[in-house]
Amino acid sequence: MKPRSLGLNAVSLLAMLFLYGPIIVLVLYSFNAAHLSMTWRGVTLKWYAALWHDEALLAATVNSLFIALVSTVGATGLGGLLALGMEQMPHRRQQTLEGGLVLPLVIPEVMMGVALMLLFVTVHVPLGLTTVILGHIVFNIPLVTIMIRTRLRKLDPMLREAAADLGADSWQVFRYVTLPLLRPAIWGAVLVAFTVSLDDFLVTFFTAGPGATTLPLKVYSMIKSGVTPEINALSALLLVVSMIGVAGSLYLQRREV
Amino acid sequence: MAIFSTSPLITSGHSVSSPAPTIDIRAIVRNHGSVAAVDHVSFQVQRGEFFSILGPSGAGKTSVLRIVAGFEDPDAGDVLIDGRSMLGVPPNRRPVNLVFQSYALFPHLTVFENVAFGLKMRRVPASLIDEHVRQALTMVKLVGKEGRKPAQLSGGEQQRVALARALVNKPAVVLLDEPLAALDQQLRQAMQVELKSIQEQAGLTCVCVTHHQEEAMMMSDRIAVMHQGRMWQVGTPREVYENPRTLFVSRFLGVSNELPGRVGEAVEGAHLFQPADDLVPGFPVRIGPEVSAGRPATWSLRPEQLRMSRERPATQDPVLPGVLEKVLFAGSETKYLVRVGRDRLWEARTSGAMQLPYTSGDPVFLHWALGDGRVFFE
Repeated sequence: MKPRSLGLNAVSLLAMLFLYGPIIVLVLYSFNAAHLSMTWRGVTLKWYAALWHDEALLAATVNSLFIALVSTVGATGLGGLLALGMEQMPHRRQQTLEGGLVLPLVIPEVMMGVALMLLFVTVHVPLGLTTVILGHIVFNIPLVTIMIRTRLRKLDPMLREAAADLGADSWQVFRYVTLPLLRPAIWGAVLVAFTVSLDDFLVTFFTAGPGATTLPLKVYSMIKSGVTPEINALSALLLVVSMIGVAGSLYLQRREV
Repeated sequence: MAIFSTSPLITSGHSVSSPAPTIDIRAIVRNHGSVAAVDHVSFQVQRGEFFSILGPSGAGKTSVLRIVAGFEDPDAGDVLIDGRSMLGVPPNRRPVNLVFQSYALFPHLTVFENVAFGLKMRRVPASLIDEHVRQALTMVKLVGKEGRKPAQLSGGEQQRVALARALVNKPAVVLLDEPLAALDQQLRQAMQVELKSIQEQAGLTCVCVTHHQEEAMMMSDRIAVMHQGRMWQVGTPREVYENPRTLFVSRFLGVSNELPGRVGEAVEGAHLFQPADDLVPGFPVRIGPEVSAGRPATWSLRPEQLRMSRERPATQDPVLPGVLEKVLFAGSETKYLVRVGRDRLWEARTSGAMQLPYTSGDPVFLHWALGDGRVFFE
């Protein structure tokens, strides 16, 4: 064991507390029997039960899941094809495109939201579920492409040559060698895209119209009338779903084959 | 480099009147930028023959293999397999299979699925696939490991899978790219014997690329020595080893005891070789009739042809004095390094059982049969 100084340990602990403290408090209070969040009145699950009976909340959940599902499928398809296509390009063009891919990840999301909204309004697409889905596809494509590309570049190019040498045409090479080897990365990308879509607030906020309220939007509107234990419960649930998604994705990406 | 005299071969050294060759390579050229990686290479391989292309790394031998497999196109020349030109035919339509240096086994497939891959791509019925794969796995002694993934196999086993995956398709030619390079020394030697016996048993036609001269000599029916994109000599291992046409070939196929100098006047059916080093007396050499005296040359002799004695031997053969510098015991044989003239270290050998009672610093006499020494002109 490497000896570690007491000070370093203390700083690490503080940093972790700073990061996870609020989340832990939120989850704890979702089990608080007291209606006023500040005092502890014993453990209950009634706030979780209450979620089930909130029609508007259920509708938002359905919206969120639908948007996440469709946008994930769309982004994985398009992003995956982009990753495969980029492999065929000359090196310079790959680099240029890569820069273009990172851009949506680093520009402020507010700008992205506003830009998308302006675009939809300009081309007279009414804001609603469709526009939210399109928006989510846009920000998920770079994530998917980068993840699949990373895996693609680690593949031994000899494997594709070996398959061709053994009689596989280009479709068979893809179907029997490239695709199976990319599968963990593809599923990893699916989980990340799904999670990011489920959690997204800003882009959704600017591109959503009537009838397209998602869970994060719902939480935001509920909070305007005060923080209720119900919101804590809802947030805790979202947190669990996100953690499962991210953990699953990390696991798949680390697996070799 | 001028020292590697003589022009490279344009046609195969072996022009036996035999049936149409399985592989007929006609003056292929492959340029990488301004450099010719493959420079007018021609050779033919007969059915059932084990043909090796031997050369140092960067000689262009892998390019030749990739051109035959279809991964690279020649800039000029033609590749014929069973009499049919392969130009423009993609790798998946060529009747050849390549055993990759890194094996390139499919990591997501089992041993069985790896070997079955080629048959599956050609849509062979499942029952036949089963039979052929089993035969191939029996041949490479991998029965019982069908369900393993490549990562669960040893290096030697992976090598066998790679071999089975190629030969199961019964290709006209099996191409081997440094097939044993990734194995350790002992396994490599065992596999040399085994690969050769599989090749003979299955009647495979093989083209093997290697930089390992002993491997090439042990496995091949014929060897082509390649260097700087060209083929310098093609012949049986014995021909190439005993009658190297150039100094490069001589050096690449084994230890070569050398002495630079020039060929002098004729004496009693031979010529006098005058070493550049004035401490070494001249000695007779035998050269071809076409050679004129006075040309700079390098004289060379294999270590096993060099004999050593303490007293000046009573012989008509050439004799040179030397000083024993080092005795190197290497188990099965003992090597003696003898200094000749100012700075030449020559190597002589005896088998391990015959330890000669010499110690470093002893003056010795070196002699050899007149016909064994070779002269290479610059």
